[in-house]
Amino acid sequence: MTTKPKFAMYWAASCGGCEIAVLNTHEKILDVDANFDVVFWPVAMDAKYHDVEAMEDGSILLTLFNGGIRNDENEHIAKLLRQKSKILVAFGSCACEGCIPGLANLSPVGDIVHTAFNTITTDNPNEIYPRTSYDVPEGELHIPTLSRMVRPLEQVVDVDYFMPGCPPESHQIAAVIDLVIKVVKGEAELPPKGSVIGCGDSTVCDECPRARNVKFIKEFKRIQDVAPVDPTLCLLEQGIPCNGPATRSGCNARCPQAGAQCIGCYGPAEGVMDYGARLITAFSSVIDANTPEEIDHILDGIPDPTGQVYRFNLAGSLLKANREVWKVKG
Amino acid sequence: MTERVGVYVCHCGSNIAGTVDVVDVANWAAEKLGRQGVIIAREYKFMCSSLGQELIEKDIKELGLTRVVVAACSPHLHEKTFRTAAKNAGLNPYLVELASIREQVSWVHSDKAVATAKAKAVVSGAVSRVIENAALEEIKVPINPNTLVVGGGIAGIQSALEIANAGFHVYLVEREPSIGGHMAQFDKTFPTLDCSACILTPRMVEAGTHPNITLLTWSEVTNVAGYVGNFHVTIKKKARFINEELCTGCGICQEKCPKKVIDDVYEAGLGYRKAVYTPFAQAVPNFPVMDKENCTYFIKGTCKACEKFCPTGAIDFNQQDEMLHIDVGNIVLATGYDLFDARRVSNYGYGRLPNVFTSLEFERLSNAAGPTSGNIVLRDGKTTPKSVGIIHCVGSRDKNFNNYCSVICCMQGLKFAHLVHERTGATVYNFYIDMRTAYKAYDEFYQRVLEEGTLFVRGKVAEVTNAARNEREKGKLIIQVEDTLAGKQRRIPVDMVILSSGLQPRADAKEVGKMFGISCSMDGWFTEKHPKLDPVATMTEGIYIVGCAQGPKDIPSSVAQGAAASARVLDKILQKEVALEPIKASVNQALCSGCKICNGLCPFNAITFIEDDKVTSINPALCQGCGTCVAACPAGAISGTGFSNEQIIAQIDGLMMRNLEPIVA
Repeated sequence: MTTKPKFAMYWAASCGGCEIAVLNTHEKILDVDANFDVVFWPVAMDAKYHDVEAMEDGSILLTLFNGGIRNDENEHIAKLLRQKSKILVAFGSCACEGCIPGLANLSPVGDIVHTAFNTITTDNPNEIYPRTSYDVPEGELHIPTLSRMVRPLEQVVDVDYFMPGCPPESHQIAAVIDLVIKVVKGEAELPPKGSVIGCGDSTVCDECPRARNVKFIKEFKRIQDVAPVDPTLCLLEQGIPCNGPATRSGCNARCPQAGAQCIGCYGPAEGVMDYGARLITAFSSVIDANTPEEIDHILDGIPDPTGQVYRFNLAGSLLKANREVWKVKG
Repeated sequence: MTERVGVYVCHCGSNIAGTVDVVDVANWAAEKLGRQGVIIAREYKFMCSSLGQELIEKDIKELGLTRVVVAACSPHLHEKTFRTAAKNAGLNPYLVELASIREQVSWVHSDKAVATAKAKAVVSGAVSRVIENAALEEIKVPINPNTLVVGGGIAGIQSALEIANAGFHVYLVEREPSIGGHMAQFDKTFPTLDCSACILTPRMVEAGTHPNITLLTWSEVTNVAGYVGNFHVTIKKKARFINEELCTGCGICQEKCPKKVIDDVYEAGLGYRKAVYTPFAQAVPNFPVMDKENCTYFIKGTCKACEKFCPTGAIDFNQQDEMLHIDVGNIVLATGYDLFDARRVSNYGYGRLPNVFTSLEFERLSNAAGPTSGNIVLRDGKTTPKSVGIIHCVGSRDKNFNNYCSVICCMQGLKFAHLVHERTGATVYNFYIDMRTAYKAYDEFYQRVLEEGTLFVRGKVAEVTNAARNEREKGKLIIQVEDTLAGKQRRIPVDMVILSSGLQPRADAKEVGKMFGISCSMDGWFTEKHPKLDPVATMTEGIYIVGCAQGPKDIPSSVAQGAAASARVLDKILQKEVALEPIKASVNQALCSGCKICNGLCPFNAITFIEDDKVTSINPALCQGCGTCVAACPAGAISGTGFSNEQIIAQIDGLMMRNLEPIVA
């Protein structure tokens, strides 16, 4: 029996990228193994839910929970891990704010199922849809029930820390692992509960080396339609809708440094209540127009405003979902 | 809950109580908002009356209220009243919140049940918000006693003189070479038929020689920074090419200048001036200006006739534009109007049919000092018209041009009718939509013109044409009109047509408004703070608007406004210091990443970028608390006192009645 502190990692409604990012810390993962007893990590090792259920409450020191809450299975495990963990971290954009799966909150759940099971590519003449429970000779089978909207972890259970990013940058993960190990050894203290960790305090612009001026935007364009993109000038000033000004720092402005606009995966900056609303007011403040027609023309350059400003945080925004979704009972 | 909140619901006579069950709102607040800290809720007939205010003051003192919500009219009207009441009772005035249940509820609804429910929501929002309010202290700054008056027409002159006579310094800036404005171009003024120049020029001279007035003609304001009490203004003094120190205004240069130029401004294109000129004989100041575009020396490099003959050597071809920087405490804008361009109504033929005249052209024709010495003649310069048609509302009250009434054109048309009658004996027709002769002695003038035999046709003129249909119409201008009183179409042949053009905002009014930080109405006139109770102030403290810059008006109204603004300015100067609202934006520089999104937005130039730290900073003295930058900051690094996220979210929660019971997750 080992006396090492216990570590768990779980994926709910997510793509798996967060898991890859953890493994992408390379040899740092050996430090995890050296310092922790990995008790539950479905992507890396075999484990059963009933094994977790059997653990003592609070017996896991650290749980990295990635993925949003899309169905009752996600919700059950979230509550279970909350109960069993001392420190629960919402790990990555899905757990923090819903991320790409959260965009499903633009459609009522019935529409989503219909689209998945009854479209041109899914020939379903008999209108057969999955059932959440089914009797077979061996007993009753269950598959998870979709909830009416995707929820970030915090909307379901109490969360200790938030670690943003889609996925979190490996160097940030490594730094957090180092910190936790130091805490375990009594060499450091944990940040205050509720902190956003593994990131900076300001915005991507703070880490972006591009030159910035006062902005007057006459036209928004997709980056592929801008030729050539000035490699040294602020992308927003070039009419490319870059989300950097509203997005939390911590990634070293990876995308703008590589020549692409920031899409906002690190979520809202400290003190921002609604990321998309902030970005909309910021963009509309710098468009250079004198007539309503001009304004319309400029904004037409952003063909999918929701996708632009709420790509990562629709589920975590003030509205959380659109009106049709709210109308669904549940 | 530690706050003790008092809620006061006003009936506003029947203004609110007619549509909202105010007693129900008060009882509901006392009962349901107790959880929020409401310990007392009262309703009263007129909360803004001294008795109403005393009610609040008494409760603050006796019940130890720490927050007050007054559900009444818009904060625009009475926020100050109730804040002062709170202050008198020893409560910080910023712990008072107004819930607008008049403008936002009773005036916009008719269903009493719905309006009452909404009033409750608005009150609930205000209660939740006021709890988050912080006690704020006003900021006091000294007032610079100097004043800037922009525009030297009669309104600006009046304003400047009133302030100067009270003993304070005024900078009077005019972009033309002389002050006087449009009034200097008129011959007679309605309804008294005073000679315009006779009553105006003494005022012009007084302004020009007043020890307390610095007259800056041929000058334009190019930049305004600062705030009430402390404006920093940049003025471009355009080169006159005349040394004002040496010039005596003798006029020899004008006499000797060989270059004649059509005078489009003062003479409305009917007369000539020289390339070096004063716009008119009584110009103030009487230094000429050199028209660089037309001066032979500037074009060809030779001539200098003026320089040769100038007895004092005042001609200076090397003079440059000069930038002046002045500090003032208050600014009066008297920038006037542009005349509606009658060419735009192409069916009236101005510019195409020679004997169609604009009102300004007619003013010059009838002016004894004008190009025809006051003889009213056709475009050929000699023929006296035998019949004249005067068309009212040209460009006004017309959906194709301007919807508004230009106020002065009816009286102007009547004045023209009288002058034509008096000077030529011609038959005069006035074509009007409605005759508007309100104000003192105006309608009597209308009666007089009627008695003189002027013919009035009620109807909007469709067309002025020279296409004759019969012998009688040959060689004439035919006015096609529906006579709405006679109920038939008429064609009236005349020799001369005068278009009583309307007034419109200056072409650059929007830019000027932006420079001074004030707004324009949809039509383009400067917007006053309150259309009835504060007609010369603007939403920007320390900036006043007078005369036609605010909207069409006649001379007496312009003069009255000029004087009214001066009273406001003097009031400010004599207070010696001004209290600035503590509603300010500030930057949390730890959160600012220097994206510069806010940098170009501040209407008050309060935002600067600190290059060394790569962060933005806001000057609290310049900030007017408009909130533009707060909304724009994508990083949430800028916050505005009085409008914190906590306050706004609390208010929304309150509006949605989420504060009535604990939120269920």
